[in-house]
Parts: sequence; C-alpha cells; structure tokens
Amino acid sequence: MLQERVPDVSKYVEPDRVRREVYTDPAIFELEVQRIHERVWIYCGHESQVPKPGDYYTLQIGRQPMVMVRGSDGRVNVLYNRCPHRGNMMVGDRHGSSGDFFRCSYHAWTFHHDGRLRSIPMMDSGYAGTRYGKDHPECSMKRAARVEAYRGFVFASLAPEGPSLKEFLGKAIVAFDDMCDRAPQGEVEVVPNCFRVIQKSNWKIFLENQLDALHPSVTHQSTGRAAHEVEKEIEQRTGAAPLAYHMLSAFATVTIDKWDNFQTLNYPQGHCILTGYMGLRPKDPDTLAYEAVMEKAYGRKRLEEILGVNIHHVLIYPGLSVQSPLQQLRAVRPLGVDRTLTEIWHFRLKGAPEAIYRRSLAYYNLVNSPATLVNADDLENFWKCHQGLSSEGGDWVNFARHFGKDIERDGRVETAANCGTSEAPMRNQMKAWAQYMQGA
Amino acid sequence: MTDLQHEVEQFLYRQSELLDTKQWQAWIDLFADDGVYWMPADPAHRHWDGVPSIFAEDKNLMAVRMKRVLHPDAWSQRPLWGTNHVVSNVVLEKAPPEGEIVVRSRFHMMELRRDDVRHFAGAYRHHLVKTDGGFRIRLQRVDMTNAQATYDYVLQVWV
Repeated sequence: MLQERVPDVSKYVEPDRVRREVYTDPAIFELEVQRIHERVWIYCGHESQVPKPGDYYTLQIGRQPMVMVRGSDGRVNVLYNRCPHRGNMMVGDRHGSSGDFFRCSYHAWTFHHDGRLRSIPMMDSGYAGTRYGKDHPECSMKRAARVEAYRGFVFASLAPEGPSLKEFLGKAIVAFDDMCDRAPQGEVEVVPNCFRVIQKSNWKIFLENQLDALHPSVTHQSTGRAAHEVEKEIEQRTGAAPLAYHMLSAFATVTIDKWDNFQTLNYPQGHCILTGYMGLRPKDPDTLAYEAVMEKAYGRKRLEEILGVNIHHVLIYPGLSVQSPLQQLRAVRPLGVDRTLTEIWHFRLKGAPEAIYRRSLAYYNLVNSPATLVNADDLENFWKCHQGLSSEGGDWVNFARHFGKDIERDGRVETAANCGTSEAPMRNQMKAWAQYMQGA
Repeated sequence: MTDLQHEVEQFLYRQSELLDTKQWQAWIDLFADDGVYWMPADPAHRHWDGVPSIFAEDKNLMAVRMKRVLHPDAWSQRPLWGTNHVVSNVVLEKAPPEGEIVVRSRFHMMELRRDDVRHFAGAYRHHLVKTDGGFRIRLQRVDMTNAQATYDYVLQVWV
C-alpha cells in the first residue's frame, strides 16, 4: 500500500525546512493527488468560457479527466469525461459544443448535460432482464461531487464532504472581488484564448515562486534592464513610453533591497496575498477616463475603495495564481511528479474602456505568452531546482528567510515590516500541505 | 523563374540565416520602421492589434527581446542552444509593379536546447516594401502549425 511506503509525511515538513522527497518522490506525488488535488476545491474555468447550452471545456482535476458544460437550464455542470458504458471519453476535443446532449462516439448512448442518461439505442430490448436500465446510477455520467461558482469562477471538489467554496477560499476570495469590482459592470468576461505551458518540475516549485519577492530582481534582471533601456530611449524620443515597458522595467528598477518593503499575508489552507508594487493608477488620460466611468457606476467613495485595494498577486492553494489588478489567472495542473501544466487566461472588465483592456492584454502577451520575456527564466530555474532536488547533494529545502519574525494575528500570518522577502509564503504552503497529507 | 521570385527567395533565406547565426540586430534591421512581427494565438485572427498573440512586436519590443537575450544574466540563454531553419514553397501572392509585395512560404525549424530537440513548422506571410537598401518587412505573419499545442518550455526568440 502507498500509505505504508510513505509512513508519516509530517516528518518531511519542519517549520523552516522541507525534505527534498516532497518534490521528487513519485509515491508522495500519488498521495498528494489523492489527498489534496482530488479533494479540495479546484478551479475549473470561468462561466463565460461556456456561454451557450451545450458548450463545454475539458480540464484535469488530479488524475481525473473532467468536462465543464453548460446545461439547457443555464447551469454549469462538471462531469467526469467518461461514458458509463465502456469508459470511452465523452468528448475528445479540448473545447466545443455538444449540441442538445452528449452522444458517445462509440455506441451512441446519449446524456443530458447534467450527466443523466437520455437514451441507449434499443434500450428496452437490449437491457430487458439485466440489472441495468434508465434509472440505474451506473448508466449516467458521474458528476463531480460538488460544484460551486463565485462571481463566475467555477470550482469543483471531488470529495463529497468538506468546507464550502467560500469557507475554503477565506480571505483569498478577494482575488475575484478585486478583479470583478474593477469592472464598471461588476463582472469580467474571459478572453477566449488559453496559453498552455509545461514546466519540467514539481507543481509546488511553481507555487513557491509566485510570491517569492526576492527572485524577480535576480531571475528577471536581464528583461528588466533591457526594457528599462528601451523605455528610456522611447521617453527621450517621444516623451512617454507605454505602460507595458514599466511592467517589465520594474524588475530592474525595483532593486533587490526594495522588495523587503512589500508584504505577504498568509492564510490557513495555504493561500497567500502579496501586496502590490505595480503602480497601475497613473494620471494619464486613459486612467482618468476609466475612473470617470467607474465613478458613474459606483460613486466616488466606493471607487476609491475599489482602486485602493493593494494587491499584486493572490495564490489560492494548491492550484491557482491570480493577478487581479491585471485580470490574469494561471491554473496549475500537476501532470506528474516532475511535470506541471499551467493554463493561462486573461479577462475583460465589463464596461471598462478598451485602453484598460489593452494593459491587461500587454501583460498577457509579454509576460504570460509562450514567447514570454519573463517566465522563460523562471522555467529555467524550476527545471534546475527539480534536477538539483533529485540529487543526494542534500536532504533539505531551506525556507528560513526571516523565520521567527512572522506576526500571527486575526487568523493569518503577516510578514513583519521590512520583511517582504520573507519565505513565510513557502512555510505557510508547506504547513497546509502537511495538514492535507495527514488527512486534515 | 522571374527576377522578383528569385530576389524574394534570397531575402527569405537570408532572414532565416540571420536567426540561425544569432545576428539579432541585422535581423531586426530587415523590418521597416513601422514593421511588425506577429505570431497569432488564433489562426482566425486577421489583425495583430488588440488580440492575444504569441508574438506581436514592433521594433521597440524587438529591441527589448534582443537586449534581454544578449544580457549576461539571461539565465535561460546560458545553455547550448541553436536553431536550423528551412524555408520553402515560396509563392508570390501579390506583386504589383509599385507598392507592397505579399509573399507566402513554409518553414521548418529544428531547435536544440541543452539535450532537447524540438520542431516547429508553419507558414510565413511577408508584406514587403522595396527600398534603396533592399526589401523591408512591413508585417511578417507566422502561423505555426503547433501554435495551439502545449509548449514544453517556451520560445525565446523569433521563429
């Protein structure tokens, strides 16, 4: 049994360090799939990905191929992508329309979009006297145990018991509020394009990098400096450079010592918020025009509250990284102990001027596309980390930066003043990991 | 073979040679001042502006990419890395006596990075203008057959 091979995972995690096998042992990975990914709330997609009844999008939860589909009643369902007859995958495309019902390509069993059996060819003659029939549960497509949405973001859990989506998200729910509130209509709409990039490393290495405030000025120095040079040239030539250059040059101009000024807020379940640095409220005509639309929609007081939210990044453990002020989202899908897929999306703020969407788009293209000027060096580090951790050159991964200075209050762990580069997010993620792995 | 066909082919071969020999500035110089290099995220897209793209770069962004690649601390550039392009099936789509020439071609690019080999293939569509210094690119559209597939690692420079 797997459980016997991995006797007590809590021994692998100490408050300020973690055993290397946590990242590299295939048996631990299998246990993670069972105890974390196939139990907790996993992001499936946004409702606007499936606007019409019958529209579907496939995804993987842990090891399970799933399909998110909109039913004729308008509800979004999440089903196992499997025909109950002989196990054929119901849809083979990544996304599309299934029409009025699902129809298996093998023996033409058909199903409603909530998974219920609709018809079997010659059912009465073929199944008379057998244990099977229209109402037998094994003749319907299996549904995810629980499906819930928050402001259009659909999550599923494969465990029938557990906290509700809202309880699970806790304070990290601000990721979706911050994104949607920035829209004059209070909603976002997906831009129908998904960039998919594979990294040859354990999924946790990606998550640990997301709120690692020490790495940008080291890892992304080359891009920061290059963008800064070109930004200055454009400014000299034309007076002002597009905001996109600032998004890139910040990697060089926010020097390594300044990152300690930021703060991370760490929550139970492993979620974490990095407070912001982007400076996305300049006084240019585009921003002012947007603020005028927002003021009309919300009033001055509420507008200030919305645009005053100081977030750069929200990590929803174990599989979602949200940059709400730029309307970007990365879903992390572990494929194996040393292979991880990221699915990268961005959103339009409904009712906002086109110029504001262009900021989100510029970030999506430059930072998150498969020709990224930024993530290339992250992926290189992730691969090198995984290779190094596979060796016997040491047993531990060290998360001791600013350890002992964390402040616990209001049910969260805050990094202390001038400790923004603290490895508190990694410590917090591993604490949640150990709890999940012990069946908590 | 017409002279123009030959001239255009030689231009395309030279352009790909500049990528394979990592002569980034010379490659950028082949673009007109308002030239754009575009790799659409979606083959249905008709214009590069305002839609998600894998690449959508004017000469300023090309300069950022070049400077990044040449920076000594571009970590992912350190390992052994090289490409080999083959360009073929060159078809003159529009060749008016004056003005913009439109030319389609097919490419196959093999890349070695550390010990990994990858293949990318697809179609180029160049919009060219003739200048005293030879052709300049107003727009190069790159429709990669595997653009929609998952990327095992990423693309570091232009294809």
